Amino acid sequence: MTDYYFRTEDLKVGYGGRALLENIRIGLGKGEILTLVGPNGAGKSTILKSITRQLKILGGRVVIGEKELSRLTYQELSRKMAVVLTDRVRPELMTCHDIVATGRYPYTGRLGILSREDEAKVDLAMELVKAGELGGRLFTALSDGQKQRILLARAICQEPEILVLDEPTSFLDIKYKLELLDILRRMAKEQEITVVMSLHEIDLAGKVSDAVMPVKAGCVYDYGRPEDILKEEFIRRLYDLDKGSFDPVFGSIELPRPAGEPGTMVISACGRGIPVYRKLQKEGIPFIAGILYENDIDYQLARHLASRVIMEEPFQEISDPVYEEAKDAISKCGRVIYTDIPWGSCNGRLRGLLEEVKSRDDIECVYWKQEFMLADRGL
Amino acid sequence: MTESSFHYENLKRRGRYAAVFIGMILALLVMVVVNINTGTVDISVREIMGILFAGEAEGANDQIIWQIRLPRILMAAILGGALSLSGFLLQVFFNNPIAGPFILGISSGAKMVVALVMIFSLRSAGSMSSYALIGAAFTGSLISVSFVLLVSRRLHDMSALLVAGIMISYICSAVTEFIITFAEDTDIVNLHGWSQGSFSGMNWSNVQVSALIVAAAFLCTFLLSKPIGAYQMGEAYAKSMGVNIRIFRVVLILLSSVFSACVTAFAGPISFVGIAVPRLTKLALQTSRPLIVIPASFLGGAVFCMFSDLAARMAFAPLELNISTVTSVLGAPVVIWMLVHREKEKQ
Repeated sequence: MTDYYFRTEDLKVGYGGRALLENIRIGLGKGEILTLVGPNGAGKSTILKSITRQLKILGGRVVIGEKELSRLTYQELSRKMAVVLTDRVRPELMTCHDIVATGRYPYTGRLGILSREDEAKVDLAMELVKAGELGGRLFTALSDGQKQRILLARAICQEPEILVLDEPTSFLDIKYKLELLDILRRMAKEQEITVVMSLHEIDLAGKVSDAVMPVKAGCVYDYGRPEDILKEEFIRRLYDLDKGSFDPVFGSIELPRPAGEPGTMVISACGRGIPVYRKLQKEGIPFIAGILYENDIDYQLARHLASRVIMEEPFQEISDPVYEEAKDAISKCGRVIYTDIPWGSCNGRLRGLLEEVKSRDDIECVYWKQEFMLADRGL
Repeated sequence: MTESSFHYENLKRRGRYAAVFIGMILALLVMVVVNINTGTVDISVREIMGILFAGEAEGANDQIIWQIRLPRILMAAILGGALSLSGFLLQVFFNNPIAGPFILGISSGAKMVVALVMIFSLRSAGSMSSYALIGAAFTGSLISVSFVLLVSRRLHDMSALLVAGIMISYICSAVTEFIITFAEDTDIVNLHGWSQGSFSGMNWSNVQVSALIVAAAFLCTFLLSKPIGAYQMGEAYAKSMGVNIRIFRVVLILLSSVFSACVTAFAGPISFVGIAVPRLTKLALQTSRPLIVIPASFLGGAVFCMFSDLAARMAFAPLELNISTVTSVLGAPVVIWMLVHREKEKQ
């Protein structure tokens, strides 16, 4: 128990005395990152507000270091914990430098005048979030993404031992999302800062966190390693996904597959089918994919987008039943789209199948040439 | 590179602060000189100098300078500064640039209780001490503030809060009118001049008392610069920086009430100074750093009120206008401009 830097015991949180979530158990060592995931309105912010003392906890304990949260004075807490909130901040006539400098609040004297070291720390924090050039700009004149970075710099400047962030990546574009998470990761490892945050992007949650805790209204799950938690079936239940899907391997999310009786068969391999699948998905055309080896990259996407995948075990000759299944499917479909396929020693029968299809009159056969597509877009 | 340009920026900012402060102090001096020099009785500059610095007692003029003009000038300066800071504190509290003691009905509340106490004590004791006046005004301010606070819990919209404040102001005015209706004639005369807001009839004991109270409140406000700065980031952030929000908010309200009570007790309700001056000051300084803005707002309020008082005295001399007539004409357009500007910013 004692090697946890931050822990909660049977924490109960909610608004106005009404419990929203109960039995929240968290235990984090120094330098670990915990991410709360779950649908909107599940109570992620409520948990974060409770552990940062913005909300009164309704039961249980929150312990930071050796001390219980409720026993810490605001002053003590401010030297241990910094926050980045979703609250809209609209300070008039404050420059970014002013905002970041408020992070030094717990360390400055009676009148809050910054010392030379304080100034240096402000500059350093701004550099860290790559906002050095924003110093003299008015905060209210920034884009949402820039504001978010400034608020992070403010929190860094506070030199916390634990950093709590409520959806820090909202409003950020991909570049800054990745940069922000990279900064958090580095701070966690290099400075041993413990991080608790909520993220909307489950894909990123898996990539940045040491632990993930799913939250759904009225129900808190045990936290655990991302690879144990972020399973496809579980994510489906957590977010009530009835459309679209989540791929735990790459953490990618996919739109739902086209509905209906498939009239197209896609024959491809080695990732060359992916643009075809995407195109068909966007056009709303249901299709069958095959014959794919289970270790083929095309398979990873086909299983989310295709109505059916005809597949074979890795590195095997294509077996008779699979071959027949594919042939049968092609006859039913009436149209085949095929891509370039590298031919090797074990996919010879697929080549045979394709040749056979090409020679049939009743099957419309389309060759998907990747270069054409690129040329179309002028790339 | 970025660092050096930033520090250059910093230097520029400090230059601006210094320029604004120097400008204000100059304006203050000019206002003092002009105010002493103007009045229905013409007194030459040489004579004034003599009266002020050489102690030449020359009967009536000496009286006019020492007993009428000087206390009035000082009161305008002290109370103007107080009014401006009262507004500033309320703006911080409500996170709303259009909050002010007059518009939120706090001045009216003070006026109501003062009227009550005045009529009662004039009847029984004949006169009121400065402290009793301030005490009454402070009580009235707190009553109004509590109403505003009650309402503001349910209203998060800035304009709705203002409407609520104006309603409270009307209720208090109605009660005051009611009291006046049933008061004796002499009381009404006494009350009427005062309730419209004016710096006339100030004496040295008024100056002493208000200087003492305002100086103490100013010091407290100045020492609150740091948490006020944090609070400008919003309550949640301020809390995370170690501000004890509950105590802080109580102190803000108390200080603001002390300021506005002091003003109302001596000069009656004065409109718009509390909103317009802090706003203009911040714009001139191009910052909202409390450490700078608090003293600057005080100075600005002092200059503004001295100027308004001068205008009230001189515009239609020998008739004297209410001070609020002047401050409204000057301040209300600023407020309207602020509202329009904010609407634009939202889009």
